[in-house]
Amino acid sequence: MNQPISLIVNGDPRRTSATTIAGLVRELGLKPEKVAVEHNGEIAPRSTLEDVALSDGDQLEIVHFVGGG
Amino acid sequence: MPLRWQVDTAARMTEMQTISTESPDDSWEVAGHSFTSRLIVGTGKYKDFAQNAAAVEAAGAEIVTVAVRRVNVSDPNQPVLMDYIDPKKVTYLPNTAGCFTAEDAIRTLRLAREAGGWDLVKLEVLGEAKTLYPNMVETIRACEVLAKEGFKPMVYCTDDPIAAKQLEEAGAVAIMPLGAPIGSGLGIQNQVTIRLIVEGANVPVLVDAGVGTASDAAVAMELGCDGVLMNTAIAEAKDPIRMARAMKLAVQAGREAYLSGRMGRRKYADPSSPLAGLI
Repeated sequence: MNQPISLIVNGDPRRTSATTIAGLVRELGLKPEKVAVEHNGEIAPRSTLEDVALSDGDQLEIVHFVGGG
Repeated sequence: MPLRWQVDTAARMTEMQTISTESPDDSWEVAGHSFTSRLIVGTGKYKDFAQNAAAVEAAGAEIVTVAVRRVNVSDPNQPVLMDYIDPKKVTYLPNTAGCFTAEDAIRTLRLAREAGGWDLVKLEVLGEAKTLYPNMVETIRACEVLAKEGFKPMVYCTDDPIAAKQLEEAGAVAIMPLGAPIGSGLGIQNQVTIRLIVEGANVPVLVDAGVGTASDAAVAMELGCDGVLMNTAIAEAKDPIRMARAMKLAVQAGREAYLSGRMGRRKYADPSSPLAGLI
């Protein structure tokens, strides 16, 4: 059983037991192929989401396309 | 020195074997992609995604602009734009709406490319919220960085012919001067500068922002623009689907008028009926 860690996701604090970005994305109920992720200020390429480990205190931005002009 | 419309029309005439009443192929190219429709529409301010999708269809648009925003992590199963407007059928053009610095715009487009895989993007860096006027210093700076990273930026800008050339040098694949402030519906406020930009550009020019009704779109095309980009004019019309159709026709009409080579202007009258044989 993984120890939960604290992250900031989209500006809000969150506790998670996910160990990789892909795990977090799934935990949030999102589809990895419909979002893009920034991990501590750097783009996390989609091909690496299963491999990139999360650490306590990491900051993530998870974005997708919405309507706009 | 031939005028640009004469060059465009001559090129089309040499493609045609006979004079035909049908419009010959009048597609345009940006960053190596070819499109038939010269109307690009936004996806903001609609009542719902279904209305948006119907408007895109009525407009005959092949490109739509989209924004990049945080996912709502507390409600991840909200319907998303991609469920209504298929990115495999219509080209998504990610924008940098809401960005006031080059850094924010660059960061947003890197994320957009990661989410969608596209290099063709719309760059806008705004100077202030009240007027949403572009900050050209930051815009040019962002354009240079993005072009070096392999992006193909279509750039929202002021209707300044020198800034337009600077953007081209910075790697812009299309120049998109505003006709009037975003969402104002005030129409093309400076036909002179838009025409100067068209004449001086080596890449497509599209009026982006300020279109309010069909005649505004036709004016942009009559000035020689390659296309028009609009959002509010359709979304805030009382009947958006009907307005989308009107805009499609307006862009086509303006383009046909431009290619026809309009009559000259006269200061006074010149009768159309003969003077001889008056009773």
